[in-house]
Amino acid sequence: MGKRYRTFGGTVFDVCNHAFLALFAILTIVPFLYVLAGSFATDTELTQRAFFLFPKKVSFGAYSFIFSTDTIIRSIGVSVYITVVGTLTNLLFTVTMAYPLARRGLMGRNTVLNLVIFSMLFGGGMIPTYLVVKGLGLLDTYWALILPGAISAFNLIIVKNFFQELPPELEEAARIDGCSEPGLLWRIVLPLSKPVLATFALFYAVGHWNNFFSALLYINDPSKWPLQVMLRQIVLLSQTAAGNASEMDPNFVPPPEQSIKMAVIVVGTLPILMVYPFLQKHFAKGVLIGSVKG
Amino acid sequence: MERLTAHDRVAASRSEYRATVLRRLKRDKWMYVLLAPGVLYFLVFKYVPMWGILLAFQNYQPFTGFWRSEWVGFEHFRLFFGNPDFFMLLRNTLILSLYNLIFFFPAPIVLALLLNEVRLALFKRTVQTLIYVPHFISMVIVASISYVFLTTEGGFVNELLQQYTGRKIDFLTSPDWFRPMIVLQTIWKECGWGTIIFLAALASVDVEQYEAAIVDGANRWRQLWHITLPSIRSTIIILLILRMGDILENGFEQIYLMSNALNRQVAEVFDTYVYTVGITQGAFSYSTAVGLFKSTVGVILVLGSNWLAKKFGQTGIY
Repeated sequence: MGKRYRTFGGTVFDVCNHAFLALFAILTIVPFLYVLAGSFATDTELTQRAFFLFPKKVSFGAYSFIFSTDTIIRSIGVSVYITVVGTLTNLLFTVTMAYPLARRGLMGRNTVLNLVIFSMLFGGGMIPTYLVVKGLGLLDTYWALILPGAISAFNLIIVKNFFQELPPELEEAARIDGCSEPGLLWRIVLPLSKPVLATFALFYAVGHWNNFFSALLYINDPSKWPLQVMLRQIVLLSQTAAGNASEMDPNFVPPPEQSIKMAVIVVGTLPILMVYPFLQKHFAKGVLIGSVKG
Repeated sequence: MERLTAHDRVAASRSEYRATVLRRLKRDKWMYVLLAPGVLYFLVFKYVPMWGILLAFQNYQPFTGFWRSEWVGFEHFRLFFGNPDFFMLLRNTLILSLYNLIFFFPAPIVLALLLNEVRLALFKRTVQTLIYVPHFISMVIVASISYVFLTTEGGFVNELLQQYTGRKIDFLTSPDWFRPMIVLQTIWKECGWGTIIFLAALASVDVEQYEAAIVDGANRWRQLWHITLPSIRSTIIILLILRMGDILENGFEQIYLMSNALNRQVAEVFDTYVYTVGITQGAFSYSTAVGLFKSTVGVILVLGSNWLAKKFGQTGIY
């Protein structure tokens, strides 16, 4: 920002500013740390609140409790499945649609583009979409969580623009060498777009892992609930989903409810924090603002 | 790859034209094969629901189906506007939006300006890394963390209150605390992320402008007022226009997760009402009408504020 005059007021401002920003950053992160610490705390410590970020005694009771029942494990499985299959579906649909749309001479291209853009401005809303999903017989299937959001119009347009900016000489050369159109996409365009597609895959995946709304709308069968819905049941509605463990063992003492809740929160947050460094690398470039929810 | 112009069409005879079209279709057959699934997706999941808006003017019953349901015109709208719920929903929705506009909207701007004053690159990057995290966390997790912090049964905040003031506050069910809680959650989750767009605009300001200002004897306040703020003005206006369109939308997940039987009187908004009446009570036509009202007002507000912005000499979004 160039050189500035050092004034007394300026220095005071700088000190306060740094202090404020540091405080803000810490306040943003502390809730996570508190929940993480609480998930390892013992009953006595949690109820007596003798700690904040460092429990004196570390206990894995909450974790062994939630992993002793299949309710949570199953919902983690559902979430992983939806995230993987959903992201692959997103990529497949987005790429196959973006590639022809990037072809300038294609007849009908503008019509399709306008169709896409209009859908960004106006939509049918919750109930008509629900009825379409219901009409297709997708209720209570995992496809209901995957297909209705298969393409984000916003991401589609970004990928289309990216394809358009690839040097046309490469495609020309491949075509002269006898490469077919699908071969062109598979052998020339896709390898060149790997970094971009990896970025979109990450953002789509985060969206799937975090998705609560679709599951609330379309999935009624508790055995098919993804982790986000299960989290709500356990933490917000206080239905400790883990009834079976105590039935099996009469001497079983359940860990404190609070630490179970915290442990479930940690399990739901951890995958996001694990991919966060990769995400951050991409959005730091500033290309993907606002595309996460799509 | 030139497009067919009107001139071409006149020049070419009809049959020739048809032959060209056929040749181009044939040449690009793979392109259409690739395009098909995507187009089908948009038709089925975006355009069929748009057409389904007609439900709002019907008395749709699942067992009679769309085609044989009775048409009732604006009956559902009349019912809705005559319903005392309407004013409760409008009030709750508008108050929440207003709170967000006053307390949340300026927050990322201020934060970006403060970050922009930091010259230690490492410090700046660290702060940014930390404050972007909550944006990627699901609303369920945010609500869950709020619950374990605020519950009266051993929640951290209430234990502190108990210790220092001797009483507890039931934030989670109190109607008075609902709105502040929602706004604070939004600030915690999105304020950091919201700075990105402003920081990008600020980074593009020419350093020479500041140097010239310093030579002219402008202090930091002057620089802020005459260089920094004007550089993000158009960004602020565009975000404000978009925000206008969302004035009747409060974010379904957040409200739904934080509302309960005790704070419903202030928590019920249009989005949650559509869900409750439509999905859980099965009043499909009525709730579609409510949804249509909401989205129509949204479109009108966006176009209106865009028009206003242009009128005052700013660049709009359309």
